[in-house]
Amino acid sequence: MRKELVKFAVVMLWAFGLLFPMLGAQIGFETFTFEWSRLVRVMGFVAVAYGALAAQRAVSAHRKRGHRDPGPGLAERVPPLWGWGILAAVALAFPWFADNYARDVAINVLIYVALGLGLNIVVGLAGLLDLGYIAFYAVGAYTYALLNTHFGVPFWLALPIGCVISAGAGAFIGYPTLKMRGDYLAIVTLGFGEIIRIVLNNWDRVTEGPNGILGIKAPGLYYPKLTEAGLTLGHVYLKNLTCLYYIALVIAVVTIIGVYRLDHSRVGRAWVSIREDETAAELTGIDTLRMKLLAYMLGAIFAGLAGAFYAAKVRYVNPSSFVFLESALVLCIVVLGGMGSIPGIILAAAAIIVLPEVFRDLELYRMLAFGGAMTLMMVYRPEGLIPARRRRLELHAREAFAEEEGNA
Amino acid sequence: MSELVLQDVSVRFGGLKAVDGLSLSLNPGEILGLIGPNGAGKTTVFNLITGVYRPTGGQITYQGRSLLKMLPHQIVRSGIVRTFQNIRLFKAMTALENVLAGRHSRTRVGVVGALLRTRVQRQEEQESVARAEEILRFLGLHDKRHELAGNLPYGLQRRLEIARALATEPKTLLLDEPAAGMNPQESRELMDLIETILERGVNILLVEHDMGVIMGISHRIVVLDSGRKIAEGKPAEIQSDPRVIEAYLGGMSAGGAARQPEG
Ligand SMILES: Nc1ncnc2c1ncn2[C@@H]1O[C@H](COP(=O)(O)OP(=O)(O)OP(=O)(O)O)[C@@H](O)[C@H]1O
Ligand SMILES: [Mg+2]
Repeated sequence: MRKELVKFAVVMLWAFGLLFPMLGAQIGFETFTFEWSRLVRVMGFVAVAYGALAAQRAVSAHRKRGHRDPGPGLAERVPPLWGWGILAAVALAFPWFADNYARDVAINVLIYVALGLGLNIVVGLAGLLDLGYIAFYAVGAYTYALLNTHFGVPFWLALPIGCVISAGAGAFIGYPTLKMRGDYLAIVTLGFGEIIRIVLNNWDRVTEGPNGILGIKAPGLYYPKLTEAGLTLGHVYLKNLTCLYYIALVIAVVTIIGVYRLDHSRVGRAWVSIREDETAAELTGIDTLRMKLLAYMLGAIFAGLAGAFYAAKVRYVNPSSFVFLESALVLCIVVLGGMGSIPGIILAAAAIIVLPEVFRDLELYRMLAFGGAMTLMMVYRPEGLIPARRRRLELHAREAFAEEEGNA
Repeated sequence: MSELVLQDVSVRFGGLKAVDGLSLSLNPGEILGLIGPNGAGKTTVFNLITGVYRPTGGQITYQGRSLLKMLPHQIVRSGIVRTFQNIRLFKAMTALENVLAGRHSRTRVGVVGALLRTRVQRQEEQESVARAEEILRFLGLHDKRHELAGNLPYGLQRRLEIARALATEPKTLLLDEPAAGMNPQESRELMDLIETILERGVNILLVEHDMGVIMGISHRIVVLDSGRKIAEGKPAEIQSDPRVIEAYLGGMSAGGAARQPEG
């Protein structure tokens, strides 16, 4: 008991130090004011959170002693078809019940769903830690921005072009890293991600540098129109958020279906076997270099799609949207959701985009909250929110194994 | 003609000559045993044949073609596949998925087929699953096909490795201590299995410490010691060869060590 109290005191002290700037202290050379009520509220919150965690730990320690079934995850409790049906209905009806602000947030969620699933191919399936993923998002965005502002290429035509160019960028960046593993790979992809951003920042004559590119057109739509001259084609730009929401939804759904199909195919199996044991995969007849290159290219394609849409939605791009933090954010989504798990990544994208909006005041603390959330996840639920079947079985098997060992 | 020939093959790691001027040939329809004390270089020979290491000297040919310029997966395509001394399954994949991964080199539908779920793709997938299930049935793993490889008991994992290897439709199979950690009953079943595979037209290079197994099914045996071939011949000849007895007595301390599997 005493040990627990000491631990509690240490945690409170640590939290006090960490959260100090949030406590409303005004410190100058002559002034020193303190908002006591705020201090009480914040520290109270920390104490309650700590208590809850300690309680949970005690309960799970208690349960561990008895025999334990891992229990069904969220994914099993909801019958899959029903779950998807409800999700589809909600997604389709959403913009009619939301205001513009909510639509905007929802579009962001959909963009990050596409990004998360794209990165999932590289990290979750093929097991290649890519820290520069956002570069392909940038390539997609700048491809559309440049094609549209210089050559008037419409959005729908720019999409496939953007895919091809992103895939090319994926191959270009992926190729030199093919023979690297683990840490080296992570560092090199990080570097390449930065290179792309720095090029965008400095290649003034083409990219307008840090000023970015203005005047990008929204996606357009042709429709038949009856005028005095007979049947002609009318054209509108889909600028309103409801239309953009549906376009984003289509992109997200295409990505979901695409990634699902890839996962359950010969190529997907090759990726997972590379993640599991690259040498054994090669010695089982899998062309590992080619498959890894394919993983990079496909991941890049989905990011490129999302990027082109982003440029069309915001109608303005500049390099500061593609910093490392964004790569880290997408990686968080993949890890938080559960590597290789499609529903998990959708949920994680929603959580990571929506929660900061809810806690707007804590803007500055967003990264701290992420760090905290990631740490907690890794400790309490390393397989992610909705684990991929393979990984869940794997991790629980290990747990069961550890318990057996303990009993023996 | 699934003939595998090693001519004067050497490889050195730093100052150590792990394989030193080794020549051997594996003929069609044959089980060739490869034995030697721990550290003799047997696994290294497998690594040389399958393209993991490049020999520093000598030539390796298969069906008359050199393997030296080929990548490991190309060597698998040409018909040689191996298992691993320390089991290397794809642990987070099911038994079926492991075998399907082995089908990779014999199937071709790529990304576009997978994304569009074309007729060709679905057909190939179906055929692959059917072939994989047949192989799993052959190895007595069919009812475990949806279990994760990592959760299977040790003996079944060894079998699954063979299943995955067979899925590549090999003409030559290299088995690295397949009986390691098995009880006598399992070893006997394994010997039957190896002979059935042989009857299906696959020749086999077998590394094994279990003398009962190796003497029981090998047609010929090559003995390695410190990377050099010290004897070659029929099992009966090998058993009475003084150099072999000498190498084993010198190379191993306790008698029981011969059976221990090591990573
Ligand atoms: N990659 C490597 N780098 C350095 N030395 C190596 C390497 N691979 C093998 N060796 C060395 O080469 C020698 C032969 O090893 P090898 O694994 O081929 O033996 P083995 O006959 O398979 O033995 P065992 O019966 O223990 O499996 C050993 O001395 C080993 O330490
Ligand atoms: Mg060995």
